[in-house]
Amino acid sequence: MKHLLSIDDLGREGVDELCELAESFLEVTQRDIPKVPALRGKTVACVFYEDSTRTRLSFETAAKRLSADTMAFSVGSSSVTKGESLRDTVQTIEAMGIDAMVVRHRAAGAPHRIATWIDASIVNAGDGRHEHPTQALLDTFTLRRHRGPSLDGARVAIVGDVRHSRVARSSTKAFAALGAKVTLVGPPTMLPESLDGWPASVSCDLDAVLPEVDVVYLLRIQHERQDATLFPSLREYTTRFGLTVERAARLRDDVLVMHAGPMNRGVEIAPEVAEAPRSVITEQVANGVAIRMAVLYSLLGSGAPVA
Amino acid sequence: MPDAVRAGQPDQATTPGAAREGGFSMSGPGAGEGRSGSGSGTDDYVFRAAVFSADDLRRAHTRIAHEIVERNHGAGALVLIGLYTRGVAIAERLGAAIESFEGVAVPVGALDVAFYRDDIGLRPVQPLGSTEVPVDVTGRHVVLVDDVLFTGRTVRAALDALTELGRPLSVQLAVLVDRGHRELPIRADYVGKNLPTKLAEDVRVRLAEVDGGEDGIDLWGPGVRGEASG
Repeated sequence: MKHLLSIDDLGREGVDELCELAESFLEVTQRDIPKVPALRGKTVACVFYEDSTRTRLSFETAAKRLSADTMAFSVGSSSVTKGESLRDTVQTIEAMGIDAMVVRHRAAGAPHRIATWIDASIVNAGDGRHEHPTQALLDTFTLRRHRGPSLDGARVAIVGDVRHSRVARSSTKAFAALGAKVTLVGPPTMLPESLDGWPASVSCDLDAVLPEVDVVYLLRIQHERQDATLFPSLREYTTRFGLTVERAARLRDDVLVMHAGPMNRGVEIAPEVAEAPRSVITEQVANGVAIRMAVLYSLLGSGAPVA
Repeated sequence: MPDAVRAGQPDQATTPGAAREGGFSMSGPGAGEGRSGSGSGTDDYVFRAAVFSADDLRRAHTRIAHEIVERNHGAGALVLIGLYTRGVAIAERLGAAIESFEGVAVPVGALDVAFYRDDIGLRPVQPLGSTEVPVDVTGRHVVLVDDVLFTGRTVRAALDALTELGRPLSVQLAVLVDRGHRELPIRADYVGKNLPTKLAEDVRVRLAEVDGGEDGIDLWGPGVRGEASG
């Protein structure tokens, strides 16, 4: 595997392989000295054209725990503000000697484009509304750790602004690749215009879906991407699609609650629900470091073909 | 170490560790090792000689278990740590043996050394299991356990991995077979059998709990075709 641009690059076998590798790295992250020398001498650059807390810190932590050197780049304090093009910027960074570039960009397909310009391995850390493959992998890894290696027959509801969510697209593909049945839930304005490329079914009625699911995956209401008003008010959204205390109380005890963060507490998820034992939200963050170690190791270290 | 030990392929000089624990699968020699340019595929390997029968193996286990306890003046401060895959099974057997005659339950752990190897990037190095050491190694005598001692590179990686877990009082090494061809200044403290081998030969250890079937150790070598090219 040279790049990780889309979940489509992996297939079921690739997702399985990375999740299994992540088990080993999860053990590493739980040690007193959570570090191995596997990628000594390698350099990983994190190139983020969009804001991020967890993804960027997660990648940097993952690289450091593999003993790779890291380089951070943020647009605000860079020559991009002087008008340097994307191509010139990434070629400049590559010329400093890097082995992998972790890219987040507001434009869908930007990482794919960069992969044609430079030799380093590219990891897509989110491109516009398109994909966020490492988020999907950590979500899948988290579910596997709770349900066992196969997700065959697991019923997952992904709730919220699916149309504008790269997490929803990538995670739907990854869950479905392992055999889960995914239902996308939200107001019609937030559901995909077409199910082309979405291995899922849709519903506009959360209360009808909830009794039938094993996992509720909540998406963040993205204020920053909302040029048009997709729903009348936050309060109405919460009433119809929020995982409130009352709705959560109707779930079976073994139903898991996931969220990619950052959460809008009180909007898509009630604070009490986010803290409840069924919530695996902080686990997702911890698992994110392990899965990103697995991704970086597969790209730079193992020389192993991922299906 | 799915396929015990093998050597002598043309790329041996650049990937010496490859012979030790290459594959992801137990499907047999050469599976998944990704050794490109290896003219003599291990499919050409043929059985040469039986080294240990199941009984020989049992006696070697028993003797090594006694030697470990004798050398350490008891089993109180011991921890046995097996190296994946067969070393873990052997460590468990040694632990059970020590408990049977000494009456002390010795902690047994498992160590994966993949991320400490020196050939990462040269071949597909994949973890073979999860490191699980049930006790703090600091202040204990650690006995590393493996099936075959060959180049010594696995043990070198294991020493690094162990250092990250704590500071043992001492580290000792127990192996079923020492087949020679060391590339590092490493020796074993407890040896089931010293077996002089050719570089191109394979020592294949079979353990019931890992491989199914009967225990035993066999020597394999390249067939006629392999010998011609090796």
